This record gives sequence, structure tokens and C-alpha cells, in this order.
Amino acid sequence: MTGRSWGVFLLRRLAGTAVVVALLSIGVFGLLYLAPGSVQQTLLGTRPATPETIAAIQARYHLNDPLPVQYLSWLGGVLRGDLGTSIRTGMPVADMLGQRLPLTLALTGYGTLLAVLAGIPLGVAGALRRGRAADRLVVTAGVVGLSAPPFAVGLLLLVVFAAGLGWFPVYGVGEGFADQVLHLTLPAVALAVGAVGMLVRFSRAALIRELDQDYVVFARARGLGAPAVLGYALRNSLVPILTAAGLIVTGMLAGTVLVEVTFALPGLGSLLVDSVTFKDVPVVQALALLLTLLIAAVNLLVDVGYSAADPRVRIGGRPS
Amino acid sequence: MGEREARSSGRTGVDASGAQGVGPAGAQGAGRAGAGIAVEGLTVRQPATGRTLLSGVTFEVAPGESVAIVGESGSGKSLTVRAMLGLLPRGLEAAGTVRIAGERVDDDPRARARQRGGVVSLLMQDPFTLLNPLRRVGRQIADGLPRGADAKAEVPRLLAEVGLPADVAGRYPFQLSGGMRQRVGLAAALAGGPSVLVADEPTTALDATTQREVLALVRRVQRERHMAFVLITHDLRLAFSTCDRVMVMYAGRLMEAGGAAAVRREQLHPYTRALLAAEPPADRRLAVIPAVAGSVPAHDAVADRCAFADRCALAVAECRDGVPELRAVRHAPGPSADVSAVRGESGPSAGVPAVRHEPGVPAVRDVRLSACLRATELPAPPAPEPGVAPALPVTADPVLRVRELRRTFAGARRPALDGVSLTVAPGEVVGVVGESGSGKTTLARCVAGLERPDAGTILLGGADCSDYGRMGRDAVRQARRTAQMIFQDPYSTLNPARTVGAALGEALWADGRPAAPDDVARLLESVGLGRDMAGMRPAGLSGGERQRVAIARAVAGEPRLLICDEPVSALDVSVQAQILGLLAELRERLSMAMLFITHDLAVVRQIADRIYVLESGRCVETGPAEQVLDAPTHPYTRALLASVPDGSSGWLA
Ligand SMILES: Nc1ncnc2c1ncn2[C@@H]1O[C@H](COP(=O)(O)OP(=O)(O)OP(=O)(O)O)[C@@H](O)[C@H]1O
Ligand code: SF4
Ligand SMILES: [Mg+2]
Repeated sequence: MTGRSWGVFLLRRLAGTAVVVALLSIGVFGLLYLAPGSVQQTLLGTRPATPETIAAIQARYHLNDPLPVQYLSWLGGVLRGDLGTSIRTGMPVADMLGQRLPLTLALTGYGTLLAVLAGIPLGVAGALRRGRAADRLVVTAGVVGLSAPPFAVGLLLLVVFAAGLGWFPVYGVGEGFADQVLHLTLPAVALAVGAVGMLVRFSRAALIRELDQDYVVFARARGLGAPAVLGYALRNSLVPILTAAGLIVTGMLAGTVLVEVTFALPGLGSLLVDSVTFKDVPVVQALALLLTLLIAAVNLLVDVGYSAADPRVRIGGRPS
Repeated sequence: MGEREARSSGRTGVDASGAQGVGPAGAQGAGRAGAGIAVEGLTVRQPATGRTLLSGVTFEVAPGESVAIVGESGSGKSLTVRAMLGLLPRGLEAAGTVRIAGERVDDDPRARARQRGGVVSLLMQDPFTLLNPLRRVGRQIADGLPRGADAKAEVPRLLAEVGLPADVAGRYPFQLSGGMRQRVGLAAALAGGPSVLVADEPTTALDATTQREVLALVRRVQRERHMAFVLITHDLRLAFSTCDRVMVMYAGRLMEAGGAAAVRREQLHPYTRALLAAEPPADRRLAVIPAVAGSVPAHDAVADRCAFADRCALAVAECRDGVPELRAVRHAPGPSADVSAVRGESGPSAGVPAVRHEPGVPAVRDVRLSACLRATELPAPPAPEPGVAPALPVTADPVLRVRELRRTFAGARRPALDGVSLTVAPGEVVGVVGESGSGKTTLARCVAGLERPDAGTILLGGADCSDYGRMGRDAVRQARRTAQMIFQDPYSTLNPARTVGAALGEALWADGRPAAPDDVARLLESVGLGRDMAGMRPAGLSGGERQRVAIARAVAGEPRLLICDEPVSALDVSVQAQILGLLAELRERLSMAMLFITHDLAVVRQIADRIYVLESGRCVETGPAEQVLDAPTHPYTRALLASVPDGSSGWLA
């Protein structure tokens, strides 16, 4: 594939993503109006409702303008990086997010890494030993993992490995890289358990299907070695596995909310919980927008992954 | 040896697992075969169900020799070669001995693994699934090269050997046509330099003209490389034209084996005769295509008798007493043939000429083998049926008139239909032939109202049916009563959840005849099915039965026109003959016209009165069937005709 067609492809996907984000931003903006109570009341938060503060809020949020104008000015602020100020802390929302984002990203990344490292090899092992004891074990473990709620797993891990055995710290983020990794391990495992279940299931099913295909029989028949044949089949199972991976990353972003609370980690998830409890709408708005963007970014990556994996997507041929 | 004794010794009884015969060279020959293939007593079972799928298959292929395994669907051809290569699907087990290139491999997975690619290689049926869709074909070919080979030099050389330019190496399979993919498949199969090549229906999924090219290529390469070659096919004439020897399988057993020319001249097993008779000739029209009633039984259903006994006109009581052994028939043409059984261990018996294998020279293979007890008493093969003339042209007002039909699919480079005009007179059968992609199916679907033409008119019984979307409900109903359609794959058009009776009742209802149960039964009988079939669901029916049900449904309202889109091309020849017979009979009885779409010129010869030849959405030639097929004027028609195997060995030349 030429650099130019890659460029065209990326542009197209980026444009698509931009449209999705633009549509979602309208929904996010609507959060303010969907929140119970009047908009003013919501924005006032805990401040006393004096005429001055009300006037200030009306001026600050252009509440007297028509809605589309309000939306555009809000959007303008967002685009300039001004997400407003938190009602709860009075800090700029952007700063609050900036402080917390790295932890959540690290947690999600770590969890995904663990899930991929465990899930795909297990799924492959199951597919290769289809129907035997090892396979049944893998399948059962996958189902258990899939049905275990992350916070329950988190609690269990805390009780056993942190409180009971004392191998891991109970809460906090730690100092320095190694210590941070140590602190994030249990939360990441809690997040990864469900994802492993899902990856096992998807990769096993995909590989089993591919191993029965004609091209695998043909490859074996003309003497390709077992690793090369497995390579053929794995490469062809990549598209469903990528789909699963995209789903688990977005699922994990959602899962961080509960896990961060369980492990008392100062990430976006715990921020969301605090802000929702406090009706800190500007923060919730910003968080929703950020999560939307993150999810859109993950989906974009998955799309890029598809076309890297499958020339038919890239070159636009019809799969036969 | 008296004939009685010969017969009783020629029987292995109920034990189907033992070897029932040996290859032309006998057991000792198998040991000496050196290169090539020697298979003895091959049996395949499915342990989970206790079923035996094939048994007692014994044969040999010498280097440089080509052998065809012929049989109808389910006869065990594919399982035979997959067992031979150690590539059985999961859940199946093989027994028996297999020697490849002089090495015994059936009990030695490591020897098998070592031999794959370098000694023995396989070419598979479907070029569209044969290659890894995500890998450039050059790399796929290179993957099979022996270690240390220079891929940069070898891949272009292999591509050139199969007649492809070197730049194909950089393409993905989905960028190639079916014929090119099959050529790439051949190049990949040859990469390891095998001395044995097995091809499982390598051209069934291809157009007739492409099929001939690919087969000619495979044969040329096989001769040049002096490989032992096994070709699987369901087409006996194709086997005669391509291979030195043929072996006929039925219900998981070998029925007959012998030199291609000899078997073509005279078949020593009633099944082979039936199979050959059921293949419609391309050069003349038969009054009736001889079809054997019934269908191929499962191996286990005939474990204690001649597998063909239930369908054989010559069957005698002894045929059901045990499994007749595949044995040598020294055949002096005429009634004085002499039979003697060949025993597994005792070497060639007195009556059988020993066959010598000389490396490099195909062995003398004049030995004929047959598993028929009455091989020597078979009546002389009947003289070829004379041809009959198709019906005279009808001049009444056409039931279908299509004018300047055009259709271009979104994103297609060229139109599927590019101004096609045709007429069908009442009671007339009009054939439409052409290769895949020539627009045949689009034409049929437009006429049936399943596709909307971009331009042009369709008159059905005088009413304008160019756009079903704009017609009133009554007009649509009237059009459907005038024309009905049957498809290549009857399964996809029958609702799997409904019984046959319900589907037919519905069709009668749609015709405005509230269906009494008796009507359904009569309808079933009119297509040669039993009344009890009404309670069955499509999944429980064979392919031929499904097509009969689909036909019954289509003719329930006695339409004036039946549109048939490749109605027999998914069926075995024996079933094809049955269905063609049924269609001819229905046509006669209901004086129904047909628009008969097919790629098979032998089939169209049997049924059509007039023919239109389509190429790339245009009609290039038309006329009475005899004129088009016997004196074609357009080069495309001539190319189509040349691609029909005639059974002669010169066909591929
Ligand atoms: N994986 C399998 N499990 C169980 N039965 C099978 C399996 N594969 C094939 N069979 C059965 O074995 C018999 C022989 O099948 P085989 O595929 O060898 O037929 P074939 O002669 O190659 O037919 P075709 O012309 O349709 O390819 C059939 O009755 C089929 O149903
Ligand atoms: S053995 Fe008998 S039943 Fe079988 S083919 Fe010969 S004559 Fe027919
Ligand atoms: Mg087959």
C-alpha cells in the first residue's frame, strides 16, 4: 500500500471520528440542561443564591443567549482548552483533568496489557487443544472471568493479596516507577479479569474457525511448518481479536470508575464519582467529553488496526 | 478355475475392513513401486458414531502416471486422498497401509510431515478459499520453498511455469480471478518440488473454458516434472480426457479400475455404465437421458452386499450375499472374458499378467478391475443412442419478450446486461448459455422481477413487467402466475422451518386453489416424490429431492413460463439426469415454456430448442439449438464448445 492511500484512509477515518465527536458534544452540552433542577440552580451549586451571583453566572455562562449561541460559545471555550471551573473545588476543570488523566491512562494501559498477555495465549492454547482437558479449563476460566464484576474482583484481591498476604499495598499510587507499578498491579488485575475472559473467548473461537479453513489444510498439505501454519491462522483471526480488544479497552475505561473507588486511586473515575455526587456539572461535562474522545480514539486505532491487518479493508476489495 | 469357484473366492463377506483387492500390480508390485503411491486396504471411520465411511480402497500410481478417482458426491473420493495424505478432518480415523515414494507413512506422522511439500503435495477444489487471504501470493508461494531456496529467483520461475507474469507475486488473492488463483495454488503446491501431486476437483469451481486451461496446465506440468498424479473428479468424461487410468468409486468403495481408453470403450461395472450414460452428450440430443432411480447409499447401509445392488438392473441374489471383491477381469473383448480373483498376499494369480514397474516408464496397465460379480456376463454396451431433433420452432405470440435489457450494478466496471433482447414462444425451451459473469443470472432475475433493470422492457404474456415495483398488486400476481422460477441452490429458496407439504400448500393457495391434502400429494407425485414426503423438512432431503420440491412449488400454478437458473449444476450427474427428465416431462404435460439458464452446453443441448449465447452482458449468437451447437459462427461460442470434455485424450491438446 502506498503512503498516499494510507493518508487518504486516515483522513477519511479522522473525518468520521470528528463527526461522531461533534454530535456527541451536543449531547454532552445537553447534560447541563438534563441535570435535575434549573440550569442556574445547578451552576450555582452550593453558593448562596444572591442576585449578584445569579447575574455573574448568567453572564459567565451566557444563559440569556439563544441555545445554539450558548452551545457555540461553550464549544469555543472547549476548543480553546477552557472547560470552565469546578463548582466543587473552584479550580479550572482542565487542570483537574490534567492531574488525573495519567493515572487512569496508566491503569487502563496496564490492564489491557495484562489482559492481552494472558487472554490471547490462553485462547490460542485452547483452540490448539480443542476439546481436550486444557481447552475445557480455558473455556471455564474464561466464563468465570467474564461474569465476575470488576469491583468484586477488586475487593477479593484486596482482601487476599493486600490485607491478607501483604504482598501488595492496599491503596495509593506510590512513588517512582517500580513502586507505582506495584501499586497499580492489583487494580489492573481487577480490571483485566473480565477482559481476559472476553479475549479468551474471542480469540479461541476465531482461531478455531480459521484452523478449519481450506487455506490451512492447503498450507499443511504443501509442507509448511506448524509455526508458519499457525501464523497464517492467527493473522486471519486478528480482525475479530482486534474487535474484542477495542471493546475491552473501552470497557476498561468504564471499569476504572469502580476500581479506582475500590482502591482509592485519584484517577478520572473517582473524580467522576465525586463530581456526580456533588452535581459538579462542568466537571461531569468535561469528563463525558474526554471519555467520548478517548473511546473515539480507541475505535480509530482499531480501524487503523483492521486495515493494517486486512488488505481487503485497506485496498477496498471485496472479501470473497 | 470354474466360474462358480471364482465367484465364491471373490468375496470377502461382511467384513468390510479388509482389503478387497489390490492395484494392478498386485501386492508385490506395491512393495516395489519405489516412487509413486501405493495404497492398500484404506478404511476411514468415524469413531464417535461408529460409522465406516469408506473401506478396502487399494490402488497404485506410478511416477509419471495420472490416475483419476471418479464418483458422485459422497462416494468418498475426497476422504480417500485426505486419508492418503494424513489430512483427515477432525474426528475421522484411517486404517490401511499407505506408501508414498517407497516409504510407509500411514503409521509415521513424522515421515508424513517430512514428505509434505517436498514429496507429495495437494491442490484443492475451491480457488477462492485455497489461499491465505491476507498474504501476498508471492510470499505464500515462497513459504513452501525448500529451506535455503532463493525466493527472489524461484517465485517468478514458478509463476512463469504456471503461465502467470512475475508481478502477480505482489498481489493479494482477492485481486486475482478464480483461474489465476488456481494457477497460484498450483505454483504453491509445486514449490517444494513434489514427486506426487494430488488434485481434488481443482477446476469444479471454475468456468468451463478456464477449467480446460487449468487442467491442460496441470497435465503439462505433471508430465514435465514426471510426477505421479491423482485427479479427483465427478466427471467421467473429464477423467477419460485427462488421465491414463480411472478408478470409479461408489458408496466408499472402488467399483472399477482400468486404463482410461479401455474403460471408455467398455465399462465392466454396471455402475460405471450408468454413470457414463447419465452424462449428457454434448454432440447430440437424446430422447431420454438414461437415469438410474434412487440415490447413492451410505457405506454402512450396504456393508454386506454389492453397494450398487439396489439400483442395478442385473442384480441377482448372490449380489446381496457379500461384498464383491474388486478383482482382475482379463478382458478379451467379446463374451469369453476370463475372471480370476487376486488375493492380497499371494501375488499375481495365474491369469493375471504381472505388471512391471520401470522407473520413469508408466507401467503397462491393461489389467481391468471390477467389483461386479457378473463383470464377464455384462451385455455388450448398447450402441450410442441416436440423436433426436429438437421441437420445431413455434410462431405463436411469445410468452416472454425482452427488449434491450440493461443493468449495471453499483461499483461494477461494466454492465451485467448490455442490451439483451430475446423472445420465448409458448411451450418453447430457450437456453441461455455463457460463462460466469456473462449476465445470465441477472437476466433471469430481471425477468422474474427479483432485480430491476435500468432500461429495456420485459413483456410477460403481453403485460409490461419491466418494473415490478410500479405494478399493481393484481398485475404482480398475474405476472407470478405467468412465470415462476427455480434456482441453482434449492435449499436457499426453501424455508427450512416449513414442511414440504406446507410449502406446496402455500404455492397452491397463492394460485387461488385452496389446497386439499390430495392436491399436495398429487403435486408431489407429479415430480416423482412420494406422498409421505409432505411431512419432511428441507434439511432431511437430498439435493435432488430438494430440487424436485422446488420444481413442484414452481409448477403448482401451472405457469406458462418456467425460469430455470442453473437448476442442475449443483447436482450429481445421475440426479441431473433425473431432473432433466422431469423437466422434459413437465414441459410436455403442461406445455410450459422455459427460459433455461446454464453454463453447461451438454445440458442445454438436451433440453433447449433455441439458444442465446451471452458474453459480457451481450448476446453474441442466437439460433436453433442444433445450428448454434453444430455450426457456431461466433468465436466465443466455439471456445465454449471446445471446453466441453468429450472423453477423448486429445481434448486437452
Ligand atoms: N468430517 C466428516 N465427518 C463425518 N463424515 C464425513 C466427513 N467428511 C465426509 N464425510 C462423509 O464421508 C463420505 C464421503 O465423503 P467425501 O467428502 O469423501 O465425498 P466426495 O466423494 O469427495 O464427494 P464430493 O464430490 O461431494 O466432494 C460422505 O458420506 C460424507 O458425508
Ligand atoms: S455385483 Fe450384482 S448388483 Fe453389483 S453391480 Fe454386479 S450385477 Fe449389479
Ligand atoms: Mg470431495
